[in-house]
Amino acid sequence: MKSKEDNSGKRIKEEKQVETADDMWVLRLYVAGQTPKALTAFANLKKICEEQLEGKYSIEVIDLLKNPQLGADDQILALPTLVRKLPVPVRKIIGDLSNTERVLVGLDLLPGS
Amino acid sequence: MKKTEKKTLPKSPTGIQGFDEITGGGLPTGRPTLICGGAGCGKTLFGMEFLVRGATQFNEPGVFMSFEETNEELIKNVASLGFDLEDLVKHKKIALDHVHIERSEIEETGEYDLEGLFIRLGYAIDSIGAKRVVLDTIESLFAGLPNQLILRAELRRLFRWLKEKGVTAIITGERGEEMLTRQGLEEYVSDCVIMLDHRVTEQTSTRRIRVVKYRGSMHGTNEYPFLIDENGFSVLPVTSLGLKHIVSNERISSGITALDKMLEGKGYYLGSTVLVSGTAGVGKTSIAAHFAEAACKRGERVLFFCFEESPNQLMRNMLSVGIKLETWVQKGLLQFQATRPTFYGLEMHLAVTHKVVNEFKPQVVILDPINTFIIGEKEFEVKTMLMRIVDFLKANQITALFTSLTLGESALESSDVGISSLIDTWLLLRDIELNGERNRGMYVLKSRGMANSNQIREFILTNHGVELREVYVGANGVLTGSARIAQEANENAEVLTRKQDVERKKREIERKRKALEAQIAALFATFESEEAEAIKMIETEQDTIKRLEQDKIEMAESRKAGIENTTTNKLKK
Repeated sequence: MKSKEDNSGKRIKEEKQVETADDMWVLRLYVAGQTPKALTAFANLKKICEEQLEGKYSIEVIDLLKNPQLGADDQILALPTLVRKLPVPVRKIIGDLSNTERVLVGLDLLPGS
Repeated sequence: MKKTEKKTLPKSPTGIQGFDEITGGGLPTGRPTLICGGAGCGKTLFGMEFLVRGATQFNEPGVFMSFEETNEELIKNVASLGFDLEDLVKHKKIALDHVHIERSEIEETGEYDLEGLFIRLGYAIDSIGAKRVVLDTIESLFAGLPNQLILRAELRRLFRWLKEKGVTAIITGERGEEMLTRQGLEEYVSDCVIMLDHRVTEQTSTRRIRVVKYRGSMHGTNEYPFLIDENGFSVLPVTSLGLKHIVSNERISSGITALDKMLEGKGYYLGSTVLVSGTAGVGKTSIAAHFAEAACKRGERVLFFCFEESPNQLMRNMLSVGIKLETWVQKGLLQFQATRPTFYGLEMHLAVTHKVVNEFKPQVVILDPINTFIIGEKEFEVKTMLMRIVDFLKANQITALFTSLTLGESALESSDVGISSLIDTWLLLRDIELNGERNRGMYVLKSRGMANSNQIREFILTNHGVELREVYVGANGVLTGSARIAQEANENAEVLTRKQDVERKKREIERKRKALEAQIAALFATFESEEAEAIKMIETEQDTIKRLEQDKIEMAESRKAGIENTTTNKLKK
């Protein structure tokens, strides 16, 4: 994804911690502008990642209002949507990620319910 | 689109044959329309054709958002209908967006909305300046997203948003058990609802379309049959026609001179409906073939529907009566349409008839025979269908000839699918069995608007076509075939004898007259001679008297007697 750099001092920013490619988690968060839901989702995601995947994750935030053509690639309908690109298989988690347990299940960090 | 009145709802023509007629111009512009129906009834195709025709014919680009088929599948599927979707996409006339949603991949974790869908759709619309949108079928979302509350709220927002965008949209929906659609989409899309149906009765299937609701507009309320074929959709607004056909006074030949003579010497009326009915093997098809040939000779186009024979068989059979139909087929004036009546339903037959007639634009249409439809169908329905066909053909000023097989056990005049009231000219062919022989008789049962002959004629199939002969009608009944020939010979002999009698009588009279004349001449001669004699005697007598007088005078002179003078004077007095 080329649009990794979001312009102008947004609070939504990508976070990157370089690690070996093998166990690297590539996460992508799709949002549409800085809506409360988007901000909540980003905050929740950040928190979860710090707790669970410290040092081996990257978060890419894609604002569809700015790049609407990117929505089709990951079949985005609902916003916000978190896409786990790596490790495969691709997983999608929709919503503001407020239900931490569901997020962890969705990311395969917890055994499914 | 026609702008009829200021107040009518603006409409976007779909370009789908017939559909714009029943809706009075197309779908409501700038509003969403719900197309619902069961699986395989043509929802996707309807939407796709709406877009493709919009892009190609009305210069209105469109977005197709598919929730089921991928773009590649779509392109392939509609290629069979002659739509080059790839090219349209390349030229930015159409944008395809496949929305895939997989429940197993999705985990719900709190609040969300469908803004992503809006953005994608909005982006697609803006990228090509779309005026038309198809969502096919948005109900898939219900399977993919667990939270119905959010989904329904978002759908409501979506349709409002579409209206705000001012795009003419089609939303397809799967038919539900009790509702029009499985998810009750009709709640959200209430401006125009169209129902597609694919029904199977008696093992034949018919597609039908119905405008359930069309807010702010008049529309046809019937179920109309429609077709999906290599040219896409075509809907048939068949019952919209009334009894308002243009009527022609022009006459066209039936192709059989003697038959024309029976019809005031001019033949059928242009645009009329002719029925030829009769029992098996009486030559109905031959009469039809004659008519077809005559029309082709005039340079008119003829459409021949055969429901019993294959075109080749029919052409071969007609060769035996000297009608060469093949040449006209090669010249493109004659077209055969051969299908078994059971091949598809009545509505479909009607639809096919419409379609082929509209394509070929014939002046003459022949249906041979119509009563095969009755197999497995209700007579009433057959009649309705034929009525529609008749209406349709009449409206187009097409002369139609139907043949109908009368079954042995039914009455000749009554059986014919009960369509006699639709028929203008009805020719009845019948068997006349006599003296171990079966002959064909023909008469004009009715012919509206002309003083037709009421004579039964014998109908003969020769190797140069159909011939009509006067049948013998006399003291011995109606005679045909060899009986007629024998009777004719008898009559001829009789006439000859009578003629001879008359001749003899004539000669006798002549002779008598001559004898009489001779007698008269003889008598006259006798009389003349007698007369001459009498005159002679009278003359002699007078001479004698004169001479006596003279003698007296001479004697008196010689005696010089004066008295005698006085006597002479007296005599002189």
